[in-house]
Amino acid sequence: MMPMKLEDLLRTKPVFVNVGVRSFGDSLREAGYQVIHVDWSPPAGGDQKMAELLDDLL
Amino acid sequence: MTLKEKINAANEEALRRIVAANPVLVDVAPASEVVPGMRDKLILHSGPPVTWERMCGAQRGAAIGMCLFEGWAKDAASAERMLAQGEIAFEPNHHHATVGPMAGTITKNMWVWVVQNKAFGNRAQCRQVESFQQFGDYSKEALSGLQKWRDIWAPTLRAAVRKMDGVMLKPLIARALQMGDEMHNRVVASSSIFANAIAPILVDCGRSKEDVVATLYYIGNHPFLFLGLAMAAGKAAMDPARGIEASTVVTAMARNGTEFGIQVSGLDGEWFTAPSPRVKGLFLPGWKDADAGADMGDSAITETVGWGGAVIGGAPGILTFTGGTAEEALGFSREMRNISVGRSPDYLIPALNFEGAAVGIDIRKVMQTNTVPVIDTAIAHKEPGHSIIGGGIVRPPLECFKKALTRFGEKYKE
Amino acid sequence: MVRKTAVRKNRYLDSVFLMLVAQRIASQPGIHDASAMLATEANRKLLAGMGYGDDGKDKDFAAAGPNDLVLAVEGDAAAVDAVMANADSYFARGYAAEAGSAPEPRSIAEAVTARPESSVAVISVPGEYAAREARAALRAGLHVFLFSSNVSVDDELALKRDARDRGLIVMGPDCGTGYLGGAGIGFANVVRRGPIGIVGASGTGMQEFASLVHRAGSGISNGIGTGSRDPSDAIGAISTIAGVDALESDAATKVIAVISKPPGESAIAVLAERLRRCKKPVVTCFFGEGHDDRIKGVSTLDEAVGAALVAAGEKKPQFLESEEGALQRSASSEKAKLQPGRRYVRGFFAGGTLCYQAQSIFRRAGLSVYSNSPLHGMKELTDPYQSREHTFVDMGAETFVHGRPHPMIDATLRRRRLEQEARDPSVAVILLDFVLGSIASADPVSDLLGAIQSIRTMGICVAASVCGTNEDRQSLEMQERSLRRAGAMVFASSAQAASFCREAALLLGGGE
Repeated sequence: MMPMKLEDLLRTKPVFVNVGVRSFGDSLREAGYQVIHVDWSPPAGGDQKMAELLDDLL
Repeated sequence: MTLKEKINAANEEALRRIVAANPVLVDVAPASEVVPGMRDKLILHSGPPVTWERMCGAQRGAAIGMCLFEGWAKDAASAERMLAQGEIAFEPNHHHATVGPMAGTITKNMWVWVVQNKAFGNRAQCRQVESFQQFGDYSKEALSGLQKWRDIWAPTLRAAVRKMDGVMLKPLIARALQMGDEMHNRVVASSSIFANAIAPILVDCGRSKEDVVATLYYIGNHPFLFLGLAMAAGKAAMDPARGIEASTVVTAMARNGTEFGIQVSGLDGEWFTAPSPRVKGLFLPGWKDADAGADMGDSAITETVGWGGAVIGGAPGILTFTGGTAEEALGFSREMRNISVGRSPDYLIPALNFEGAAVGIDIRKVMQTNTVPVIDTAIAHKEPGHSIIGGGIVRPPLECFKKALTRFGEKYKE
Repeated sequence: MVRKTAVRKNRYLDSVFLMLVAQRIASQPGIHDASAMLATEANRKLLAGMGYGDDGKDKDFAAAGPNDLVLAVEGDAAAVDAVMANADSYFARGYAAEAGSAPEPRSIAEAVTARPESSVAVISVPGEYAAREARAALRAGLHVFLFSSNVSVDDELALKRDARDRGLIVMGPDCGTGYLGGAGIGFANVVRRGPIGIVGASGTGMQEFASLVHRAGSGISNGIGTGSRDPSDAIGAISTIAGVDALESDAATKVIAVISKPPGESAIAVLAERLRRCKKPVVTCFFGEGHDDRIKGVSTLDEAVGAALVAAGEKKPQFLESEEGALQRSASSEKAKLQPGRRYVRGFFAGGTLCYQAQSIFRRAGLSVYSNSPLHGMKELTDPYQSREHTFVDMGAETFVHGRPHPMIDATLRRRRLEQEARDPSVAVILLDFVLGSIASADPVSDLLGAIQSIRTMGICVAASVCGTNEDRQSLEMQERSLRRAGAMVFASSAQAASFCREAALLLGGGE
């Protein structure tokens, strides 16, 4: 996917991916923006070494 | 190509092979005839490799049962002695293109379903599914079921299957999945479709009237008849996906009651194990959680291929397994999509708006999301000598996937 | 008009589902009729009777059996060919999913796959995982709003460089506020859109600035947060410069305001060079520091708002004019009401930047303040739970928010502190800020009302300001009214409240 340049982003209605605290996404949604919430949990059960390995593989 | 691209391409290939599978029941035969590497004084068992010393109670009981069934020992005590002295060899079913339910024990005279994957030509076998010996019960009554299978039912079914020139399983399974089966603990629809299809042929297959009648009763009143076929079909579908360089797709999940093991396409031949988990279950009258042995059986091949827990949302008949609500069961099936490479074009789930079942468990996605597959399964006793005591839901230990991914990193990272 | 069939061997689909497939195909333009069924003998006969199968010349059709699917389509040649070329997609598609039934994705990559038009990731996971998620977002082509704090300098630098290479921006870490394309992200007030763009390293600074601009009748085009550390030498103002670049080419932006704590020595050089080249008027507010010849700026947010409005060709409103004489007069009348021995100003801030600004205002008057977040030259408050002389405490500092919500959300700690201060006989004035907007408490003044009343009962003066607008769900007007009713002096801005306190402190002679 071609990333949208920041100056172009400022002209459009942004579409959000919310990761973490749900209320950040909720308040954007209430304000009329599209938000997809990620059901996040610490990767690899919080195992830092695994997470680093995943970065290389996924 | 970067490693990530290589992995993704390899997984797409694994998915392609799995969904292209065309399993056909081609025979019912004694293991000695059809199971590769089958020999005398060998017991094949479920799960990753295990020794008598480390073997769980139910699998020990099943092994004793097989010694009696084969006539290697005259009673349980001498069978146990033989086994303890190493006179009988143990090898995993999965090393022989074969799977077995629960203890999964197969010896040379145990008859097996033979399923050929017509898309690739490979064959896979699964033994009879019953509720006694495979759970560790080696009583006379338990063994009589194995004997009838060997002497009457299996040979009669063989005659019919051969006469039919094979039974196509893919459309049958697709139909049953839409009738509330999930191919692991709910196989009522598929068993009945199969029985209906084979019944007229049985009548006319050249066997004695007594054998035919006995076999008709057997197939018409066996709620788990099709599990053996589903497992063989699953194994036949998964084996061509083995050994794809750089693929992170799981090709087997199997348990021996001591350890849970997984195998991964790009790490062919290796097992990644962790202690077998306990099943969160429901128990038959008279049994309780404290009686239960740990998770056991090759039947998780059904989840590996994208059935069982992966489609349990479409099996309202066993909602009680998953806590009772349809939403919860659907949640399990949705979760499986997050850890899979793709969806089946053939096995659709009405309850999920006819979306295809999730196929191809990716160890990377499992680790990324901390979501392990969902398996619905039966429960055996922790001691030898008992039949089925319950059923429920189990999740593989994350540890297996962690070990596999670590090894994958060692093997493939520059 | 043509009739064609397609056979899918060894494929089972439920007959009702097949009817849906047929209906979908029949509704395509140029298609007159469509059937999808299992090729049982009866069905093949039926289809043959409808003219399919080409009198037995269609070999696949003739050979199809009950385990096979047959799709039969009649219509204009081109339309039929188009359907046939795409036949499997009709079989593959389930019913339209009901709203809300789709599971939430478990990763950013999945989210972007599900919604490829996604453009911004808002990340607020615990700090130790934040860099990883931000990397994933950049890799997926998203701009990043990174609320999480506790991201290492190395990670921040790597992320920002990576973003720069990809033409993206990382707003943060520790970024509280942003306005992108009209959306207020994180802690944000409801403000009008207008000609003034913001690049800000401080969240509450941006909120206060944007709210004041709104109350002045103007508006904000976009507000790009950079994270508090961006202007440091370690990071080199990468996101600040990316923000200026974007606002410079943003047609809606007429004036750019840069709000931050003082940048580092080398960062200021880079920034100065960039700002000098900027084609649009730039207003900088670094709170009185780092204003050498390279960057000309203002010292308070109020001055920044005034300068930005003027640069945008608009009028500076009355409420921003805080006349020193008037403040002196009201300070002296408050002093008259105080009991002897009450001589210190104590500020407890929900907004970190507002704490900083207040210190800067005191410093310029030669007043010394203890703070847990001291401005250059101010004294470190070693025990942040214990005030000394004039004290300004940033209640959003790490010590206070570790394991609990920010004071803008949860007033517990600030309330306890006020109860403690009420018992201190040396306190003359308590300075408070209240921040409205999304995420913030639903009624921030109410949360502290009891504490304010008991302070007033002790004869302590309360000076307060509310950051927000009447469009915020908490309503500026209502919050201010509650404050006044509780006996607090309410100022139009945090800077004005601090300036009042400065006058009071000068009269009281508390600090040296």
